[in-house]
Amino acid sequence: MSALASTTVSLFRSARQSAHARRLVACLLGLIVLAVMTGPSGSNTAPVSGFTGSLFHPRVLVFIAIGLGLWGLITAQHRWGEALKRTNDNLMTLPRRMMPDRRVRLVLYAALLAVAILVPLHVNAFWQDVLVDQIGIYVLLAIGLNVVVGYAGLLDLGYIAFYAIGAYSTAFWTGALPVHPPMVLNAFWAIPFAIGTAMLSGVLIGAPTLRLRGDYLAIVTLGFGEIIQIVATNLQGVTGGSQGVIGIPHPDVNLLGIHYSWLIDPLPYYYLLLVFVVAALIAYSFLEHSRVGRAWTAIREDEVAAQSAGINVLKYKIMAFAIGASTSGFAGMLEASKISFIEPGDFTVQLSILILVLVIFGGMGSLLGAVVGAAFLQWFPWYLKEHPMFGFQDQDLYIYLGAILVLTMIFRPEGLIPSRRRKREFGLAEHGLGTADAMSGTTDPVP
Amino acid sequence: MLLQLNNVEVRYGPIRALRDVSLAVDQGEIVALLGANGAGKSTTLRTISGLVRPVSGTVFFDGKPIQRVPSHDVVALGIGHVPEGRRIFPMMTVLENLEMGAYLHRGNFSENLTRVFSLFPVLAERRKQDGGTLSGGEQQMLAIARSLMSSPRLLLFDEPSMGLAPMFVKTIFQIIREIRDEGTTILLVEQNASQALHLADRAYVLENGSIVMADRADVLLQDPRVRAAYLGEGAA
Ligand SMILES: Nc1ncnc2c1ncn2[C@@H]1O[C@H](COP(=O)(O)OP(=O)(O)OP(=O)(O)O)[C@@H](O)[C@H]1O
Ligand SMILES: [Mg+2]
Repeated sequence: MSALASTTVSLFRSARQSAHARRLVACLLGLIVLAVMTGPSGSNTAPVSGFTGSLFHPRVLVFIAIGLGLWGLITAQHRWGEALKRTNDNLMTLPRRMMPDRRVRLVLYAALLAVAILVPLHVNAFWQDVLVDQIGIYVLLAIGLNVVVGYAGLLDLGYIAFYAIGAYSTAFWTGALPVHPPMVLNAFWAIPFAIGTAMLSGVLIGAPTLRLRGDYLAIVTLGFGEIIQIVATNLQGVTGGSQGVIGIPHPDVNLLGIHYSWLIDPLPYYYLLLVFVVAALIAYSFLEHSRVGRAWTAIREDEVAAQSAGINVLKYKIMAFAIGASTSGFAGMLEASKISFIEPGDFTVQLSILILVLVIFGGMGSLLGAVVGAAFLQWFPWYLKEHPMFGFQDQDLYIYLGAILVLTMIFRPEGLIPSRRRKREFGLAEHGLGTADAMSGTTDPVP
Repeated sequence: MLLQLNNVEVRYGPIRALRDVSLAVDQGEIVALLGANGAGKSTTLRTISGLVRPVSGTVFFDGKPIQRVPSHDVVALGIGHVPEGRRIFPMMTVLENLEMGAYLHRGNFSENLTRVFSLFPVLAERRKQDGGTLSGGEQQMLAIARSLMSSPRLLLFDEPSMGLAPMFVKTIFQIIREIRDEGTTILLVEQNASQALHLADRAYVLENGSIVMADRADVLLQDPRVRAAYLGEGAA
């Protein structure tokens, strides 16, 4: 103990002289705090066991190692920052540079698709559920939000409201709500209604608010997200209130001689989801490279300039917003009919933020980034839960996720797989030119 | 008359920015619009290009009323607007900026491109450079070039010389003259009254949202009130 204390004291002394030593101390102390925070908790009978159990236990070595590693990283960043950045960039863009050829790229996408098709067949039922409820749905949600935030530069903080609208309209059309529809549909035929209702509400919310500057839009959408949740809770006679809605039927099709019912097995939902994810990817990537996508880019970069180039700014903003809303609505429909149960607590603002985080982490404006980022960030906590290393505990998961995000934003602010344009935007922002903000809040409101 | 404003009134909430403004621009003219800060010059241009709606009065372009036409359709009709403050797309290259200017496919793209590159040779050199990394003067050139990409019949300039070195101002004014000589009518808002009056055929003077003077530019250049208020000569 005294040896530890004297080492600490001498470290502090040398820290005053050397920035490296100062950083080393900071890293080690930070990680030791983390070790205590994530370690066992104390109890009445052994009040200090939280400390002893964390610090005098082999797991502290892991944290010290991580601390040293972090210090090494930071030191390396300081010493060879530019070179590291270049290497990292070269590595990350390797796939892109290796496949300038369309055919090569198509082969790669086909391989990815094959993986997406085959993986669920080789995992157990638990992971199949995770693949649908935690990964697939969120990948779809991220792809949709990417259109709103990444393409059009609209900060939507109430994205999950449309997911709720999709889920509740599915419940309505399948007759699971206290109020009954004109005719009861099965969940499969509720898909167009769920998508349509979500899209319509996107347009209705968007038309008045998208005239506002970016930061106002964020506030309005945030409020809209809250309102939807509160309405779902309080309008008991219509939505079933805080108790939620039970008995939403699973989808089935009976069309042109094909008859198929989705039951509780997650796999069929996975493939239904996969079809929609692939369709969305193809459609949105097509849009991105069309006139519509160019209009979105222009609006994101400078609304006034876009206007004077003759772009119907409001129309394209509403379009992006509605596309996002309908994607979210479909995800809500699928999840509601798979789980058969929804409640207002499923649609919290935190969820909207989480999806935004997935998009930012993956790389705003990049479809591949949204897919990979969402898949990784949603998979990783479940992986940690299922395969606890070094005594990871469930309730600490978000500490690690938070750390991953903070590190990503420090070392790679443009996200995992940024779009080429976003990369440039961050490059310019680093030189003090332009902004890399999601919002193009540069316009005077048009009265 | 190519453009005609009749008794236009514009309000921003309680603020009356334009009152009873009437002005006209003929085909092939350069008309200057002068006035102090806050006089309503930008508002006049914004009204013409459909960015604000007048509460009363009419705007005619080529004989058609356009005061209720939304801004993107106004561009389609052939009115270009170079807004205040060098609004370019900072993360698009020079060439991409020019492509955005041709978004509505008015006119022939490659002809227009050749034309703006001959007007602004520096843009041709820098066609692959990001707009945001251009110098201030180059950005202003890019903003002007972009507006030319839609083959406008009437071009509205909002203080093109703001923040530019005197030599650069000369260049920009020279280019505005060339643009007019190639057949585009011009309505020019300027703080730089002396040079604007030397360039323009006619001019209007706006004060507190009202037109207080309208005459040939050379006449206004000699007018003692204009000289005192806008040409920086001691009070008469
Ligand atoms: N969006 C707006 N909301 C409220 N008031 C506005 C708005 N835009 C302009 N105004 C007001 O309208 C008046 C005219 O503004 P305008 O921008 O047309 O002036 P200007 O002649 O272009 O001035 P400057 O030479 O400084 O650019 C000013 O008093 C201004 O404060
Ligand atoms: Mg102005």
